[in-house]
Amino acid sequence: MIAFRDELARSPGLRLIVHINHEALSEGINPFVHGSERYTEMMKTVALKQALDRHGFDIAFGGARRDEEKSRAKERVFSFRSKGHRWDPRAQRPELWNLYNTRINPGETIRVFPLSNWTEADIWRYIEREAIPIVPLYFAKQRLVVRRDDRWLMVDDGRMPLVEGEIPQMRMVRFRTLGCYPLTAAIESSAATVAEIVKETVRAHTSERQGRLIDHDAAASMERKKRDGYF
Amino acid sequence: MGDVLRFITCGGVDDGKSTLVGRLLYETRQLFDDQLEALKSDSARFGTRGGELDFALLLDGLHAEREQAITIDVAYRFFGTPRRRFIIADTPGHEQYTRNMATGASTADVAILLIDARNGVVTQTCRHSRIVAMLGVKDLVLAINKMDLVAWDHATFQKIVHHYEIFAAQLGPLTITPIPVCALSGENVARRGDQASWYDGPALLEYLEEVAPSTRRVQGGFRMPVQWVNRPNSDFRGFSGRVSSGAARVGDRVRASPSGLETRIGSIILSGAPVGEAKAGDSITLTFKDEIDVGRGDVVAAAQDPVPVSDQFQAHLLWMSEKPLLAGRAYLLKIHTELVGGSVSEIKHRIDVDTGSHLAAKSLAMNEIAVVNLGVDHLVPFDVYERDRRLGAFIVIDRVTNETVGAGVIDFALRRAANIHWQALTVDKLARARTKLQKPLCLWLTGLSGAGKSTIADLLERRLHAEGRHTFVLDGDNVRHGLNRDLGFTEADRVENIRRVAEVAKLMVDAGLIVIVSFISPYRSERASARSLFEPSEFCEIFVDTPLLECERRDPKGLYAKARRGEIKNFTGIDSAYEPPEAPEITLKTLASSPSECVEHVFRELDL
Repeated sequence: MIAFRDELARSPGLRLIVHINHEALSEGINPFVHGSERYTEMMKTVALKQALDRHGFDIAFGGARRDEEKSRAKERVFSFRSKGHRWDPRAQRPELWNLYNTRINPGETIRVFPLSNWTEADIWRYIEREAIPIVPLYFAKQRLVVRRDDRWLMVDDGRMPLVEGEIPQMRMVRFRTLGCYPLTAAIESSAATVAEIVKETVRAHTSERQGRLIDHDAAASMERKKRDGYF
Repeated sequence: MGDVLRFITCGGVDDGKSTLVGRLLYETRQLFDDQLEALKSDSARFGTRGGELDFALLLDGLHAEREQAITIDVAYRFFGTPRRRFIIADTPGHEQYTRNMATGASTADVAILLIDARNGVVTQTCRHSRIVAMLGVKDLVLAINKMDLVAWDHATFQKIVHHYEIFAAQLGPLTITPIPVCALSGENVARRGDQASWYDGPALLEYLEEVAPSTRRVQGGFRMPVQWVNRPNSDFRGFSGRVSSGAARVGDRVRASPSGLETRIGSIILSGAPVGEAKAGDSITLTFKDEIDVGRGDVVAAAQDPVPVSDQFQAHLLWMSEKPLLAGRAYLLKIHTELVGGSVSEIKHRIDVDTGSHLAAKSLAMNEIAVVNLGVDHLVPFDVYERDRRLGAFIVIDRVTNETVGAGVIDFALRRAANIHWQALTVDKLARARTKLQKPLCLWLTGLSGAGKSTIADLLERRLHAEGRHTFVLDGDNVRHGLNRDLGFTEADRVENIRRVAEVAKLMVDAGLIVIVSFISPYRSERASARSLFEPSEFCEIFVDTPLLECERRDPKGLYAKARRGEIKNFTGIDSAYEPPEAPEITLKTLASSPSECVEHVFRELDL
């Protein structure tokens, strides 16, 4: 995923800014010990807020869609964040037609989601039509995985401690969604081309973010994270 | 990406809306295994269908979720068939959610109105019909539900359709498609059933797959609101935007509005490559054969079908803010890509959404709809909403909070704007000021009653006069004896009071004078609006900052005492708000400085 990103960043006109929450890292934060909720907060939510503040961006674009998750279904295309990047789902601006009110008060920022009304299947059909290059992890392949809490977690990193009784095995798996390792689980699949993924997506019987462990931390988990500033 | 049809479902839970939406999702296999499992066990435990799938339970789960958090929102649901993909705007039906229904309807092609066959057309049906029709949805499905409970009686069905058609005649031309359904059993939802042998129309899903809605019908020629002038270097000047209607080819003659200048299309660039033609929906960059001045908010259109321009309109306006709409208050309007200052000059009448009757109104509260006249600060290209949804819709933005507070559709341009042309005069403001050897200026003093505005204004003018400056003081009390004697102290009248004074001050600045305005002017919006009439260097907001306690102690005219006794209503600081300036040019703290020290302070700050 990182290699793919760096390759893309070499395209002309792009400037890649990498920001890591070094304070949290130096305190030894780690998803295996501190749990997915705390890890996500420190390394994603806090890190993102630090980066937005440091560079003083007014707008951050995101690829979130309304069909992904309940709280995202209610979010506007232009979604406003108060000082401290907090989201108040109850005080969202009405959004009629395609007339977007882009005015902000001092200290406010906007998260913009142009793909709000696309579905997972739309995304894959578009990737197919436009032949858009994607991260290879989306394609099914024999990978070393371990079964934990009814999910397939990849074992390709020395940092992942195995629980007693867990035996890594080779399985034909792919990722439907890419989050941070190891908080994103793989699914069993034989779809090794975009065309096969399109077919699989149209026939899917579980929701896309089912493999995202952080969504399952607590009820209304995503909504809470978003209020705090998570993308 | 294929064809997407957007529709809105209107009706209450009692009409079977949840069941109908659940049924559509189920029949098109949009429900995931986990959801279906939960539904099966819920149906067995709580269902009213003897263990069969009870779709109301599926959406009841969502209702609970709405209650705990975001109760007043539009939920969008997505599904598809091999023929078309669909986006449902599922909106709550109660009157306090009018704005949510309008939001859903603003992008909808079709509306499904649910009617309980046992109850027929009810008040709610009429309200929903009015809202969706105002937002330009002309293709309505009358889904007459629970037909099983009236034994699929043809006469009952016909009676409801007849009632509805009589009612709908007042809404203008609509295409109404009545379908008898039973959402619970799925009859006539995804597939035609055999219960109503007298019905030979389509099932609901068939209709949705086939309908060619009026919102899609291409009307008129090429139109593109300009979003961005693309000038990467001095060799290239392109105009970017999304084609809102029609098609254009290289070489076509086009006219830019509001300038009225004409030229030919030199090239069309789509996704970074030149193309010969662009059609509605394409995001393109155009270059022109001639150098003409075009900017964001202008509309480029086929020369033979140009876009009208105006600065005065009649519109239907829906108010969406807890702060009421006041006639005369300055707002921002966003219409296609143009952002312009404007205000409602007159609320002609409010519309009772339940009955359609016209009511008199001086202000508009949240979720109220009215027919209004409105004016904007300069000519804007537009079209009537009926004819062009993209050029006839606007939103209203509060100047201070930046919130979206209203949404409207243009009915027509008012003729009078076209007949009152701005008279360009040869002797201008600068020329007039030069003979007076001064820079014209508006000094706007704001503060509570008794803060010391009049005292300071008087001292300031004496000092300026002594220096040979040409001045005039507009004092709140004095103006209310003449120009504004018809105005009281309600919020609406205060707004109008300040609007008139700001206009008079502007005329005086145009005459080359230094004008000192001494008005409580309690609201930020009106002060912002006054400021917007002037050049930035001509306006100086001076906050006469005296705490309420001190004003009340001074009480030079005994007004606070009267207000406290309840003898004066709407008194600023007592039972009417004062919004202190956020960034005044000058703040005068009268507790710490004497009036003459305050005047010294003003002179130090100003470059007179």
